[in-house]
Amino acid sequence: MIAYTLSAGLLFGLYFSLAALGLNLVFGVMRLINLAHGDFLMLGAFLAYGLYTVAGLNPLYAIPAEVVVFMFAGVILYYAVVPRLLASHNPEMLSFILLFGLSQIIEALAVIAFGNDERAIPSTIYGSRPVSLFGQTFPVAWVVSAAVSALALLAVYLYLHHSRLGYATRAVMASRDEAAGTGINVHRVSAIALGVGLALAATAGAFSAFMLGSIGPDMGIHITTVSFAVIVIGSLGNPLGTVLGGLVYGLGLMFMETYHPSWADLLPFVLLIVILLIRPSGLLGQRVRLA
Amino acid sequence: MPRGVWFSVGVVLLFVVLPFVYGNHDLLFSMMMYLVLAQGINVLFGFTGYLPFGYVGFFGAGAYGMSLAILLLHFPPFAALIAGAAAAVLVALVLAPLLRLSGAYFAIASLAASEVLYYVISNPHLTSITQGPYGINLAAVYDSSASYAVMVAVLALALGMVVYLRNSRTGLALQAIREEPVSAGFAGVNVVRERTRAWLMSAALAGLAGGAYAWHVSVFYPKPVFDLNISVFAIVFTLFGGVATLSGPVVGTLLLYGLYNWIGISQPQYFQLVFGVVIVALVLFLPNGLVSLLRRVGANVP
Repeated sequence: MIAYTLSAGLLFGLYFSLAALGLNLVFGVMRLINLAHGDFLMLGAFLAYGLYTVAGLNPLYAIPAEVVVFMFAGVILYYAVVPRLLASHNPEMLSFILLFGLSQIIEALAVIAFGNDERAIPSTIYGSRPVSLFGQTFPVAWVVSAAVSALALLAVYLYLHHSRLGYATRAVMASRDEAAGTGINVHRVSAIALGVGLALAATAGAFSAFMLGSIGPDMGIHITTVSFAVIVIGSLGNPLGTVLGGLVYGLGLMFMETYHPSWADLLPFVLLIVILLIRPSGLLGQRVRLA
Repeated sequence: MPRGVWFSVGVVLLFVVLPFVYGNHDLLFSMMMYLVLAQGINVLFGFTGYLPFGYVGFFGAGAYGMSLAILLLHFPPFAALIAGAAAAVLVALVLAPLLRLSGAYFAIASLAASEVLYYVISNPHLTSITQGPYGINLAAVYDSSASYAVMVAVLALALGMVVYLRNSRTGLALQAIREEPVSAGFAGVNVVRERTRAWLMSAALAGLAGGAYAWHVSVFYPKPVFDLNISVFAIVFTLFGGVATLSGPVVGTLLLYGLYNWIGISQPQYFQLVFGVVIVALVLFLPNGLVSLLRRVGANVP
């Protein structure tokens, strides 16, 4: 039982790391919380679902399309609103409210386009034989989702630490003004970071039908809160801390569902409040009070 | 006479008179409920800058405090209403440490807190106390006109609170905290005490509104009284009209909730779309709300 819970927690932890990573990347670069994060994940889920129902495509093949579409969406969104917001009286609060409005718009359009029903992609799409891992058996879909999540996390690590754009991105995270002072095109770097953030959310969305049970237009706000809990646990603004946050959350969730299922829904919220109040810098954070 | 008193008296009288000429009392009741909640948001967000996404938690705490006082302790309705407000204030006291967080952190943490409250109250393991997911039935004390009258009184209290804040040192102190907490502290404002007071006042308003709502509908499930949309509506109505004013939340609620009842009930997704567009447009073009337009042309609005 324990072995099963631990290894399922690991799989879900990797998945939740991916789901939350985009939110943290955007926060790190722009110091704003993308309240529409979960809604972009939802759109990614519906894109994968659409490709599955129309062309019978496996969500794995949806990923390239997701990445291209949402990269563009992020860059456009950045140039449409962010420079204007940064010039305003209270950018943090105003952008929060604006992104909230955007999340309402996306959810409304999704209901108009797809209807209110919950959808699912059969998890037997990868074959019906369960996979054996650490001596336990799991649905193939879980293992594929976790493996893709791990690859995406690795890709983000390589991007941030082994590419010129990644160096620039980390410089902007450290200090927007000083990065601009050294000649980095802050707007371009930030726009790309927002694009990458949304693309990561959409990629996670492609697997949400397996990992979250079903998909529906109203799933966004819950995912945003869970993602926020994950990045706060790991450390805000530190994309790699998100992996730790995701693992803590995934393991916690699996233990709760195994031993106290009726209280499992409380977990992300309680974790979020406790961490924000006791250690707002997160488990990996420096002792700098960001909150 | 402090500014805004006549405006408040006018709004309250409107809701005293309207039931005699307009038949849809439930609409009038929910309109008043949102007026109260919008002013409650105004007391907190308008004056202190804390945006409580989980504001509905106080509303639900009030509804459940009231109902459980009747069902378990056999309080008469009016005493139970006070118990409901007390429950909301108690929740606010427990959550007061959240005020140490700022901006978006506070907003999301308060949202998480209201979700915690919802999952605890609706938990099947607590059915013997809270009826869990099966909801509350107060049919034994149902009284539509008394609960309407109570909501009118709560509305008067809410408007009175904002009139007070707009004309008192407390209100000035709160706005100073909103703009520059450190400087406000240097100027002799007790930052922690003042903001906690606004937090508790705001929670009490939502608790009273929740209690009156529970009494008015008398049969309800936990989901609708902890629905995030209640917070969202109240926040957007307030922003739309204009924060830190008396008339802004009133105008915002009358217009947008009117619109909701016109297109929103049958086609909620289209209303949500309009709603989202309104929010985005407000932030980009009119961050101080509709009332600021009147100010710009020199009108003196309360």
